[in-house]
Amino acid sequence: MAKLEARGVMKAFGENAVCKGVDLNVDEGEMVCLIGASGSGKSTLLRCLNLLEPIDDGIILLDGEDISIPGLDPQPVRQRIGMVFQSFNLFPHMTAVENVMLAPRRVRGLTRGALLPEVTALFERFGLADRMRHYPDQLSGGQQQRVAIVRALAMRPEIMLFDEITSALDPELVGEVLDVLRQLRAEGMTMIIATHEMGFARELADKVCFLENGIILEEGPPDALFANPKRDRTRAFLSRVL
Amino acid sequence: MALADQGGQGTGRPAPGPTRRQIYEAEVRRRSNLIAAGSTLTVLILLIVLIPMAPGWEGVKKSFFNAEVFARTFPGLLEAFLLDVAIFAWSAPLIFILGLLIALCRDVRKPALYPLRLFGILYTDIFRGIPVILVIYLVGFGVPGLGLPRPWNSPYIWGTVALVLTYAAYVAEVFRTGIESIHQSQRSAAASLGLSSSDTMRFVILPQAIRRVVPANMNLFIALQKDVALLSFIGPVEIFRQAGVYKSLLANFTPYVGAALIFLAITIPATRYADYLLAKQSKARS
Repeated sequence: MAKLEARGVMKAFGENAVCKGVDLNVDEGEMVCLIGASGSGKSTLLRCLNLLEPIDDGIILLDGEDISIPGLDPQPVRQRIGMVFQSFNLFPHMTAVENVMLAPRRVRGLTRGALLPEVTALFERFGLADRMRHYPDQLSGGQQQRVAIVRALAMRPEIMLFDEITSALDPELVGEVLDVLRQLRAEGMTMIIATHEMGFARELADKVCFLENGIILEEGPPDALFANPKRDRTRAFLSRVL
Repeated sequence: MALADQGGQGTGRPAPGPTRRQIYEAEVRRRSNLIAAGSTLTVLILLIVLIPMAPGWEGVKKSFFNAEVFARTFPGLLEAFLLDVAIFAWSAPLIFILGLLIALCRDVRKPALYPLRLFGILYTDIFRGIPVILVIYLVGFGVPGLGLPRPWNSPYIWGTVALVLTYAAYVAEVFRTGIESIHQSQRSAAASLGLSSSDTMRFVILPQAIRRVVPANMNLFIALQKDVALLSFIGPVEIFRQAGVYKSLLANFTPYVGAALIFLAITIPATRYADYLLAKQSKARS
């Protein structure tokens, strides 16, 4: 059974249809990369999977359970699915460690004291131990994004969604954030990553999905998809970005 | 070579003295300061020369700028001003809390709580739509008219309540603007972590919103500080009322000028501070 499965997911904003029937299967421990031009529906798909956007039609299954029933309380689902955004979205009025502790404190009901060892370990694991007491505006973009990843991980999610998390970074900072993804991959985290980093997708993904115009036009193992795309549109896109 | 020695331009060495640019800018600054000082002085001299030439000046001077009356009444005015300060001091926190609650009322989305939302909308509409002085009259005379026992029939209490009711409506609007100014992505981030909407409001949105509207609220509280004087119309002997008493007693308007000076001594620094906060904020955001 797939860890996360989308069947015929449709999402429109007013007249503007963004997802036009997306089918996606993600197995436990798998790393899936979504590629495609801006506006192809990658971000919206991720937001739908996390129930940040209610879908218009289709179903989303988490461990075989329908999580897209209209009116379902999205909170318990979101706790199981972590998400990291392109623009970091740290809470600017809290230090890094407060950012990370807020949700575990409020949702998992733990005290700061009880959380500290676990959270400190997370900061250390991603080379941020000396940045715990810093405010977001005292951190570089790469550090902010790593804190945002730590914040999502502190909820112990079963799946992580990454929405173009390196797109807002200076080129020299991209590497440190991609290293975090490598690390998570090695630890067996189930991940769905919308990205423009083709080299990264090719190196690490189990499966690459090419989105165009609101559907997954082509998917497959990275070697096959990058070396031998079956569809003309995929080939055209890859020739533009590679 | 003289230039290079002076400023170090183009040589890559750190400049030992001021650069050409710094010298130029200092000169421009000096010249504009001179011009500003000159024109200000001219206007002042004109005012000093021209105003006393007005036919009624001697009379105005005696009844508005009378040094003797000023010296006699100023301590009394200062003492009366303490009542203004007291009214301000206990109404300001109430306004802050009530304003915040009303702003939150207008933000509720649960259908069962719709009455709260309706209340929030009606409240701000009504209290922003009526002149403060009318609210003071209606509440300050109306509620004690219900025949409440002492001290609950004091116009001092109900007049202050009227100020709180009115200003809370304005403060609520300011808070609402602040809440709406927090970017949607902050709510997304909080939601993706599984935070409830009330936790999101309490820990993520409100702390940022309240900080962001501090300058706007400062301006409202400066206005409140002046409007405390309106309570004089229903009884409490605060500074404006006290000045009126002196005016009748001495048949002289100087106490009003004294009262104005006391207000200015508070409001000008407060306004400058609010401006400073605002400037700091817009600099931080750019």
